[in-house]
Amino acid sequence: MSDLTHLSLAEARDALKSKKVSALELTRAHIDAMEAARALNCFITETPELALQQAGQSDAKIASGEAGPLEGLPLGIKDLYCTKGVRTTAASRILGDFTPTYESTVSGHLLRDGAVSLGKLNLDEFAMGSSNETSAFGPVISPWRRSGDPSAKIVPGGSSGGSSAAVAARLCLGATATDTGGSIRQPAAFTGTVGMKPTYGRCSRWGIVAFASSLDQAGPITRTVRDSAIMLRSMAGHDPRDTTSVDAPVPDYEKALGASLKGRRIGVPKEYRLDGLSSEILALWDQGVAWLKDAGAEIIEISLPHTKYALPTYYIIAPAEASSNLARYDGVRYGIRETGRDIAGMYEKTRAKGFGPEVRRRIMIGTYVLSAGYYDAYYVRAQKVRSLIKHDFDAVFAAGVDAVLTPATPSPAFAQGEQGATDPVEMYLNDVFTVTVNMAGLPGVSVPGGLAANGLPLGLQLIGRPFDEETLFTLAGAIEQAAPKIDYPQAWWRGV
Amino acid sequence: MSVDPAVVRRIAHLARIAVEDKEVERLNGEINAILAFVEALGSVDIAGVEPIASVLPMQMKKRADVVDDGGIVDDILANAPAREENYFVVPKVVE
Repeated sequence: MSDLTHLSLAEARDALKSKKVSALELTRAHIDAMEAARALNCFITETPELALQQAGQSDAKIASGEAGPLEGLPLGIKDLYCTKGVRTTAASRILGDFTPTYESTVSGHLLRDGAVSLGKLNLDEFAMGSSNETSAFGPVISPWRRSGDPSAKIVPGGSSGGSSAAVAARLCLGATATDTGGSIRQPAAFTGTVGMKPTYGRCSRWGIVAFASSLDQAGPITRTVRDSAIMLRSMAGHDPRDTTSVDAPVPDYEKALGASLKGRRIGVPKEYRLDGLSSEILALWDQGVAWLKDAGAEIIEISLPHTKYALPTYYIIAPAEASSNLARYDGVRYGIRETGRDIAGMYEKTRAKGFGPEVRRRIMIGTYVLSAGYYDAYYVRAQKVRSLIKHDFDAVFAAGVDAVLTPATPSPAFAQGEQGATDPVEMYLNDVFTVTVNMAGLPGVSVPGGLAANGLPLGLQLIGRPFDEETLFTLAGAIEQAAPKIDYPQAWWRGV
Repeated sequence: MSVDPAVVRRIAHLARIAVEDKEVERLNGEINAILAFVEALGSVDIAGVEPIASVLPMQMKKRADVVDDGGIVDDILANAPAREENYFVVPKVVE
């Protein structure tokens, strides 16, 4: 085989199974790609020796007929997942050289199923960001370039920017990611990849560094819908160590691909037609509607009246939960420590030095909205509005809608430094179409729809009923079939 | 609602994050920009609406009341910035 990094995850799986290629060959090809792509800054920690050792074990298992569903497939792991014996940073200085003595449940599931881990992928610090510019380890550069503008460093989206860039640059066959307000779907849309955020409770959160616990959910970023279905099947499943993880069987999601769209009812929410939304995004959305209609689905205009309140609600609830979750970084049990005059001084100096500006800002907002005198006005009110946002979706699904189609982002990717420099809210607006899904705990997938006039990818989002990821895979597969094929960028970064 | 520099200092102290004088003004502006953004929620009619408790109707799971873990002191202390024997070490708290 010519270039093993050009296989999809499903193709690589089949090539291993039919012994056309070995896990060691496949892994070596991806290690070479990873090491030649350091200019993109996708990985915080590379683990090539571990990957080769795992690949050797996979080859032995394949030979003896004991191969798991992901046997020998090289993946990248977002550096928010704790990995036993491998440094885990959350892209923050505050964790120092923290090396977990345990494995997160989801990454453990991937290892159980035979996956090979190439290393830990860059992200926004504590998953707080939409461009991967808040990482303490420097920004990730997207493999994509604007046409006629090769010097602009395009962002890969965030917070899972290392994951999306590494998958689009063919450094790994797939990657784990996490999504609190859009952190899987927005980077997938920015890089022409497929990003699946499953239903809240579908994947265990145990061992994943917590940001906002009522919103966080793990999911995959891949180059095809089939690859996404394969990865999610391994990642999902009940975990007694996460009380919000759901004890329900995990379907074989691949079987949902290719199912008929006849009789499926797709809702198109009028509130997502924001004032000032670009004609390019509106055209993509109309195109998505046409593709699903041509495939046999019925299109219905729907109303989700509280949509415009989702982002303000998020910027109360997520910082509130973050301020509580991040209280644990105090210089006592792990991570860096600064000396202070007394123990409070130690906490304050450690946290001032360890957290970057965006994380400090969100912790302070969260502290404020939870503080005495403001709790009811901000936090309780936001939790009530969140109920209304969820009721909007409940009503639409009760009326017989199977899934909702929207754009994934209000624009294609931008370049480093172009957003949020003077006003943090500008950057927050990236999540305007994705954040409602986290508010309601629903599954959502971003699937490539084509390219913008400037040559950068655009994504469509499908939102499903709770635990009906199968319908999303069916619909996303239909869009993938109908949409122009994504040609991932040539490796201009080699030798940079 | 908006914050002023005195409130910013109080929040920073509650959050146990040291802030330098020169940072306070910038933080004040940024926090007020975010508070202005979330001000939109003031216009939502929330009469009779319950705050959300869980996105999914689920019973809190309870595990059996048995010891099923433990004896991992070295694991727990492995990443400590300062330790002595089986303890985390912190600056003196009680005079």
